[in-house]
Amino acid sequence: MKRQLPLAIIFAMGVFTIVTNFIPAKPVADVNQMFRNWYLGIITFFTFLGTINLAKVNVERTRDRSRDWQYSIILLVALATQLFLGFYKWSPDALREGSPFMYVYFNLQFPLEATMYSLLAFFMTSASFRAFRARNKEALLLLLAAVVVMLGRVPIGSSIWDGFPKVTEWIMSYPNAAAKRGIMIGIDLGLISMALRMILGIERSYMQ
Amino acid sequence: MWCLMPSEGSLVFRRIKFAAVTAIVIALILAALPALAASAAESAPETAPIAPVSMVSLTDTPHDGGTSIDITWRVSPTEATNPGTVIEYKIMRADSPTGEFKEVGAVPVTTTAFSDGSTLPGRQYWYRVDALSLTASVSSETSGPAASIMQWYNGDTSVLILVVFSCLSILVYIWIARRKVGQVFVRRIPALDAFDEAIGRATEMGKPVLYIAGGLDIDDPQTVASMNILARVAAKVATYGTRLMVPCCRAMQMSMARETVKESYLRVGKPDDYREEDIRYLTDDQFGFVAGVDGIMMREKPAANFYLGAFYAESLIFAETGFSTGAIQIAGTAMIDQLPFFVAACDYTLIGEELYAAGASLSQDPVQLGTIKGQDAAKALFLVIIIVGVVFSLLNKPIFYEWFSVH
Repeated sequence: MKRQLPLAIIFAMGVFTIVTNFIPAKPVADVNQMFRNWYLGIITFFTFLGTINLAKVNVERTRDRSRDWQYSIILLVALATQLFLGFYKWSPDALREGSPFMYVYFNLQFPLEATMYSLLAFFMTSASFRAFRARNKEALLLLLAAVVVMLGRVPIGSSIWDGFPKVTEWIMSYPNAAAKRGIMIGIDLGLISMALRMILGIERSYMQ
Repeated sequence: MWCLMPSEGSLVFRRIKFAAVTAIVIALILAALPALAASAAESAPETAPIAPVSMVSLTDTPHDGGTSIDITWRVSPTEATNPGTVIEYKIMRADSPTGEFKEVGAVPVTTTAFSDGSTLPGRQYWYRVDALSLTASVSSETSGPAASIMQWYNGDTSVLILVVFSCLSILVYIWIARRKVGQVFVRRIPALDAFDEAIGRATEMGKPVLYIAGGLDIDDPQTVASMNILARVAAKVATYGTRLMVPCCRAMQMSMARETVKESYLRVGKPDDYREEDIRYLTDDQFGFVAGVDGIMMREKPAANFYLGAFYAESLIFAETGFSTGAIQIAGTAMIDQLPFFVAACDYTLIGEELYAAGASLSQDPVQLGTIKGQDAAKALFLVIIIVGVVFSLLNKPIFYEWFSVH
């Protein structure tokens, strides 16, 4: 029973979700929306769970003087500060522009996130350097396509030869789109296959 | 004379340099001001009257639950004669032709269609489209009435047929595998063969294994597929006695990962080796999570990194940081735009459908392998449909193409 009940719930919910995709009528759509709302409710509780877990792990790290425990103190202080600023009743609310909560968000959190995102530019360069080494015929083809597409996307490309944007457009619209669509068809079929395995209880490695 | 010049780096020299730079910047701004003023005057908005949009037409949105009406129109003629004057269109709705019109949406000037998704089934509505300039607003003629009608079936028959056929072909192969009518052969996936190699390497080096289940929650199928793979990876890691770290960016993902890993440790008879604190939540924030995972990579130096699930811009940051630590890296995602990053930066990559097939393939269970075989049979049908569609299109007969178009 301990295993049969979860499998029965998965089967019922899986079949219902598939059916709702083909029956848009109100009663069915309303039940589907109700299940989505339940999910949102559950997610809210899990946010608390995650915050508690985060605090617990870092309090333990600080208490045990684990490696680099000083960072845990910074995290705990930041967490407590932002919680206070978020929950304190500011007038009219914490999410208004200029409130202390939003001030910290825009002047501390946002720049830090932008810094992490900007690393991508450097990592793209280093990854491209390795990917574009012409070690075989396929890699040479990739290198040539990449050079043409890069030149076609920047103003200097059309200054060198006005055909670069056209060739780029052709590469993106035909070989690139064809490969992408092939992968996407495979992904959708893979998804159907996995969904069936789970709905029918064939794949249950998560609850052996 | 030169001996009187302040030395480079001295306080006086820095002050002179700062003053010179400031003077140049102020001079440039002053020089540019007249040009900027002239440019602003040139681009000042036209105050000429604008013409209203025409041909406002209303239709019930097909294949829905009766909660939407489609509105289309022809752009304001002013857009052709004096481009840039009209800045947006506002879609207004009323319950009667003479009733109060309320805004239900706004679209840019290049748009000529809008779906009002806030209607009630069977109720009549009247619409008009207002063209807005910076200084004026002109309304079109009122159109209506229109009512949205609830449909019980969404009408995409082609999609239903394709889904039913795909499911049937998978079910047939499940039946074949169960009855052992024939041998189910599925090609080996190199990335899956590398799982043992990666975990073995980490064991030999005495370093941990890092597993990232993607950036989305468990309502995303890629995360579910990742959990199926995590169960196999955790079982192998537990068998070898290696440490497994699973930082999560969603609390529910963490909860599911904990249960999955715990079950795997129990299954191989090593429940005492399970470390709950190694499967922990970091943050929901995308780049906060990136910073956290990168920190773990740099501090713990895991010997094997698994990135399996849904990833966005963080994919390359993970993969490149992992590369810099010298870890063997296996990635897999169905996020098509992130695949090139993983292919370029990781040692092995599960491409698209391979992520979903990985759990079944690792199990080597004939019934699960049968589902992959059934999926391949469906793929063959799709190939035939594409070829027939191309032939019909070449013959200038779009019926086949139109039938498969999704509404």
